[in-house]
Amino acid sequence: MDRFSWTTGLLELGETLVVQQRGVRLSDGEEKVKFDSGVLLLSTHRLIWRDQKNHECCIAVPLSQIVFIEEQAAGIGKSAKIVVHLHPASSNKEPGPFQSSKYSYIKLSFKEHGQIEFYRRLSEEITQRRWESIPTGQAMQVNKDSKAGRIRAVGIVGIERKLEEKRKETDKNISEAFEDLSKLMEKAKEMVELSKSIANKIKEKQGDITEDETIRFKSYLLSMGIANPVTRETYGSGTQYHMQLAKQLAGILQTPLEERGGIMSLTEVYCLVNRARGLELLSPEDLVNACKMLESLKLPLRLRIFDSGVMVIELQSHNEEEMVAAALETVSEKGSLTADEFAKLVGMSVLLAKERLLLAEKMGHLCRDDSVEGLRFYPNLFLTQS
Amino acid sequence: LPQAKYKERGTVLAEDQLAQMSKQLDMFRTNLEEFASKHKQEIRKNPEFRVQFQDMCATIGVDPLASGKGFWSEMLGVGDFYYELGVQIIEVCLALKHRNGGLITLEELHQQVLKGRGKFAQDVSQDDLLRAIKKLKVLGNGFGIIPVGGTFLVQSVPAELNMDHTVVLQLAEKKGFVTVSEIRASLKWETERARQVLEHLLKEGMAWLDTQAPGEPQYWLPALFTELYSQEITPEEAKEAIP
Repeated sequence: MDRFSWTTGLLELGETLVVQQRGVRLSDGEEKVKFDSGVLLLSTHRLIWRDQKNHECCIAVPLSQIVFIEEQAAGIGKSAKIVVHLHPASSNKEPGPFQSSKYSYIKLSFKEHGQIEFYRRLSEEITQRRWESIPTGQAMQVNKDSKAGRIRAVGIVGIERKLEEKRKETDKNISEAFEDLSKLMEKAKEMVELSKSIANKIKEKQGDITEDETIRFKSYLLSMGIANPVTRETYGSGTQYHMQLAKQLAGILQTPLEERGGIMSLTEVYCLVNRARGLELLSPEDLVNACKMLESLKLPLRLRIFDSGVMVIELQSHNEEEMVAAALETVSEKGSLTADEFAKLVGMSVLLAKERLLLAEKMGHLCRDDSVEGLRFYPNLFLTQS
Repeated sequence: LPQAKYKERGTVLAEDQLAQMSKQLDMFRTNLEEFASKHKQEIRKNPEFRVQFQDMCATIGVDPLASGKGFWSEMLGVGDFYYELGVQIIEVCLALKHRNGGLITLEELHQQVLKGRGKFAQDVSQDDLLRAIKKLKVLGNGFGIIPVGGTFLVQSVPAELNMDHTVVLQLAEKKGFVTVSEIRASLKWETERARQVLEHLLKEGMAWLDTQAPGEPQYWLPALFTELYSQEITPEEAKEAIP
C-alpha cells in the first residue's frame, strides 16, 4: 500500500475513465487497512480508489507500477478478489497514506461484485499500456498545486466535477433511500404479523367469520401482497377486485377471441390486455385469479387447463371437441400432420394447434408417430377401419 | 346461553382486529406514499436498489408483485415495470421459439429485450428478468429457469424437462454441443439413457443433430448459438410474436 499517492481523483488531460466499481475494499497484502468501502476507478493511466463516505479521501497508483494481477475466487463469506502485484515505489512518488509496507502486493475485494468485468478491463489496460502513448500532465500536483492542475484542464475538470457532484448526490440519495426503505419494511412486517394473528383467530372460530369480514380481510391481504394464511390461496384470490376484473375481461376479450377461432392461450391474453392498458398493468396472478372466476360469474368466457398445464380462455360457445372433429378431417386430407404444419394450415398458434391434436389423440381420433423428426399425427385407422 | 356469549365475544375480537388492520393499512399507505414521493425514481432507475427492495420484501413475507392492485404496485410503480417486462419476455421467446425450440440463454434474452426497449428505456438487469419470469410461470405456458454453468437457460414452452434433461443441457453448455460419448464419460450413464435424453431434446426442437461431425454425431443447442454468433430477430419473426 505504500505505492499509493493521495490524489484529487480528477482525471488528467488525456486520461480516460475505463470502468468503475462500487463497494471495493483495499488490503495491504494480507492485512486489512482502513480503506474499507470505496469506489474503485480504472483509467487509462491509473488505478484510483475513493472512499464512499468521505470523498476527500482519494488515492491512486499508476498502472505502470503493476507487475501482474491475479484473480481470487469468492468463497463462503468472502468476496471475490483481484491481487495486484506491484513494483517497488519510485523515490519521487507523491506522498500517500503509507510510508512503507512489508508487502509487494495489494488486494481488491469486490463486496458488491463486478470483479469479472473489472479484471478483464484491468488486464486489457495493462496489456495495451495506453499510458505510454498518451501523455498527461505527469506531475500530479496534489494539495497546494491542485488549483494549478485544474486551470490546465478546465473543460474536463468541469465535467469531472459535475460527475463527482452527481455521484455524491446519488450516493447520498441511495443511503437515504435504503434507510427509509428499512423503516418502511419494519412497518410492513407489523402488517404481516397482524394478518397472521387474524388468520389464527379465523381458524379458531372455524368458519364463524362473516362473509363480509372474509371479503375485507382478503382485500387487505391483496393490498399488502401477503399470501392468505388461512386458505393459502394465492394472494387474496376471489376478491371484489378480481370479480370486477373478470367482468372487464369478458368485455375486452370477446372480439379478439372471435377473431382467433374462439380460443387463446393465457400468455396471449396477458400480452393483449397489458399492451392495451399501457398503465396499471395486471400481474400474471391477477389474470389467473380473475379467469378462475369467469365460470362462476356466468360470463361468456371460461378458463380451461389442458393436461400439459397450458391454460387457455375459450368462448363458452367454443367447443374444442367439435374442433377436434374438424381437425381430424384436415389431418385425413393431408395424410398426416405435425403441430407446426397444422398450425400454419389452420392459422393457429403452434401451442394451441398442438393441444388440439393431443386432445384428438386423447379422444382416439388420431395416432402419433413420435420420432426424432418430430411428432406427427395420423388418423387412427384402428378406430375407423374396424 | 354461555355458548352464544362466547361466540359473540369471538366475533367482536375479529372485528376489532380487522378494524385495527384497516387503520394500520391506511397508515401504511401514507408511509408508502411518502416513501414513493422521495424514492420512486430510485426503484425505476437503479437495478441494485430493486434487488434490495425485493429481498427485503421476501424476508418479511410480502410479494410486491402479486397484484397490480397492491399498494406497492400502485404507489411505487414496481408492478408496471415487471409486468411490462413480462410482456417483452414473452414476445422475444415467441419470436425465437422456432429457432431454439423454446430454450434461450438469459444473456441472449437480456440482449433482445434491451434492443426491443430502445435507447431511452430504463435499465433492466438480469435479476429483473429472472423475477419477471418467475411471475410468468403462473400463466401455465411452461416458463422455467434452468441453471447451467454459472448462468441460466430460460424455458418458454410446456416441454417436460426433468433432471436428466437438465444435466445434459448443463453439460452441453460448455461447447454448445454434446455427444453420447461425452455423456457416458462425464455422467457415467448407459448409452440408452443418454440417447433417450438427446432424442427428447431433438423432438422438442431444443437440440439439432449434426451427423456429419467427425467421429460421432454431435447434438447442438441452438439456444447457445449466440455465444458463437449473434442474430437479429427478423421482421417475420417479430410479426409471429405479437398476438
